[in-house]
Amino acid sequence: MASTSAMFDNKLVKWVDERLPIFSTMQHAGMEYPTPRNLSYWWNFGSLAGFMLVVMIVTGIVLAMHYTPHADHAFASVERIMRDVNYGWLIRYIHMNGGSMFFIVVYIHMFRGLYYGSYKAPRELLWWLGLVILVLMMATAFMGYVLPWGQMSFWGATVITNLFSAVPFFGEHIVTWLWGGFSVDNPTLNRFFSLHYLLPFVIAAVVFLHIWALHTTKSNNPLGIDIKGPQDTIPFHPYYTVKDMYGVAVFLIFYALFVFFAPNMLGDPVNYVPANPLQTPPHIVPEWYFLPYYAILRAIPNKLLGVIAMFGSILIFFLTPWLDTSRVRSARYRPVYKWLFWVFVICCIALGWAGAKPPEGLALWVARIGTVYYFLHLIVLMPLVGWFERPLPVPKSIATPVLSAQPMEKA
Amino acid sequence: MRAPARTLMAVGIAAALAVPAFAAEAPHPAKQHWSFSGFFGTFDRAAAQRGFQVYKEVCASCHSMQYLSYRHLAALGFNEEEVKAIAAGVEVPDLNDEGEAVKRPGRPSDRFASPFPNEKAARAANNGAFPVDLTLVTKAREGGPDYVYAVLTGYKDAPSGFQLQPGMNYNEYFPGHQIAMPPPLSDDQVTFADNTKASVPQMAKDLVTFLSWAAEPELEARKAMGIKVILFLIVLSGLLYAVKRKVWADVH
Ligand code: HEC
Ligand code: HEM
Repeated sequence: MASTSAMFDNKLVKWVDERLPIFSTMQHAGMEYPTPRNLSYWWNFGSLAGFMLVVMIVTGIVLAMHYTPHADHAFASVERIMRDVNYGWLIRYIHMNGGSMFFIVVYIHMFRGLYYGSYKAPRELLWWLGLVILVLMMATAFMGYVLPWGQMSFWGATVITNLFSAVPFFGEHIVTWLWGGFSVDNPTLNRFFSLHYLLPFVIAAVVFLHIWALHTTKSNNPLGIDIKGPQDTIPFHPYYTVKDMYGVAVFLIFYALFVFFAPNMLGDPVNYVPANPLQTPPHIVPEWYFLPYYAILRAIPNKLLGVIAMFGSILIFFLTPWLDTSRVRSARYRPVYKWLFWVFVICCIALGWAGAKPPEGLALWVARIGTVYYFLHLIVLMPLVGWFERPLPVPKSIATPVLSAQPMEKA
Repeated sequence: MRAPARTLMAVGIAAALAVPAFAAEAPHPAKQHWSFSGFFGTFDRAAAQRGFQVYKEVCASCHSMQYLSYRHLAALGFNEEEVKAIAAGVEVPDLNDEGEAVKRPGRPSDRFASPFPNEKAARAANNGAFPVDLTLVTKAREGGPDYVYAVLTGYKDAPSGFQLQPGMNYNEYFPGHQIAMPPPLSDDQVTFADNTKASVPQMAKDLVTFLSWAAEPELEARKAMGIKVILFLIVLSGLLYAVKRKVWADVH
């Protein structure tokens, strides 16, 4: 590394780089990084996720300067931010809708990985780090939603923390410990605020590892085949820096439409009613990005099994590198899996729809069938299809996308 | 925790997880035309001022608006003198230099005075029902301004066979149809300085304009900024797309 310090003309930069190669590392990782030349726009969502993390941290820190984490003052302090803090409404709406945008981006990013087989060797660790980020994001978003201390904050927190009471023997103790008392109250709010501030920085650290792993295995690509040589790659800068910037600008249009013209569309109006422990709202529903899991939870009549299925629906993704038995990565060359992928996407959306409804009638049945299919897809269909499907011939290399004779000659 | 609260919470959790919700079906509130909806919406100042007058003369005896200060009213087109006069027309609780509780005339910096000192007092005066704070009500209900308008104009005689609890009123749009608030509006209840006829629909419409401003005082600034931001982003996206095409020209 030190030898590359020679390429810097600036004396100061060179002096620093010889002692701490921060400039040459940036040069390697952010500029030279050899990237497949054929990445589609689906590959923009990783950088968009990184962008959202920065947006959330910056707006969150400003909000924390004006917010009061006390059960008696939290709701009013948020209203003060909306009314009396200069551009407080802008900062809050960016942060509030930013949570939703972050999840939209990360869900697309993950479905991209599922479609193109990005979780398969050698990218298992990269995939796992992504899942760790997802779990941390969920914890962060859940606790953030409690902070304004509206009715849905309070009752959402009550319902979700209560899930831990399903744990045999220690359940009640765990819940009391989480609450810091005998109900969701000021101590709960205080610790959620503390953790909500902490976790994004933990996420940032895991994102660092995620990108380190990415730069070790290199990016996958729409063909799902390995990089065979320099003719298959282009330097990250300027090609992907400009493409990612274009992606951010287009994404910002979508984001701004919500922030400026429909800032409360994705939220529940009931959260503008201050928390009241003595009055249960008729429908307790989480934010939209948790609805599929909520549907799975309520689809199962037994509480403990429901909780296990809900957590399992996320944790099972740690196993996809082995549940998927196909040697071909990209679904482009997998005539059967390709269709199953889209059925699975529809299944997740249907679960989300069912999660928003009271668990009765049609919604309950959609939730039940959806839950069964969700696990069926991942545990049964994925391995079976990998064994029985005949993949199409995959190209020999990225630079010469000519079909090879033998379908299996790849990777 | 006290036992009743604990029981209530358990019931709440059970309701959330298993028992179908029981909210009685109410008709969908009709869509009204509001000056503040759409990309370029702004608050009709005259309507909002009339709405404030109705709030002050009718609703303020039961409902607080605790997140508003009198100085905020300047945004509705009241000038400094008018704001001062409005504030001075209200008695607000304070402490004097001897530390005794006193009442003094309001100042523009004061929050809107609440009709009751606390929730218990409010319930005691209203048959056990709580007149909600109105500052956020248009934001805090499914259906928003249309719903609030529908409730204010939705009082009817109860259909035959409907069991109305004592002290309750039949309202077509309120969930469950039984509302503790007596019909608050009647024709010619107030006299508007601009000679607008104070019919019930007129007052309801003006009130909702005022309440929507109170809930989202930033709305006009937000939309105006939004138009500029979106136009800027469209131009920026176009430029970046052109740069991207140029940079990638040798790869494709
Ligand atoms: C006599 C006291 C009184 C007056 C005057 C009064 N209200 Fe109410 N209002 C109540 C009470 C009590 C409730 C609670 C009703 C319930 O929960 O059943 C209420 C509820 C409401 C609600 C909430 C409905 C919901 O969906 O929860 C709105 C909106 C409202 N009032 C608006 C107004 C407006 C606007 C005025 C002035 C025109 C007004 N009220 C005048 C007592 C009053
Ligand atoms: C804070 C959230 C996240 C950030 C900031 C982030 C960031 C990134 C970035 C910048 C890339 C490279 C660009 C790209 O290929 O799109 C990437 C790649 C990747 N990410 Fe993430 N990511 C996040 C969450 C996740 C999650 C939740 C998963 C799913 C488990 C995931 C799985 C992957 C995989 C498999 C790759 C390699 C993609 C490929 O080359 O095909 N990431 N990530």
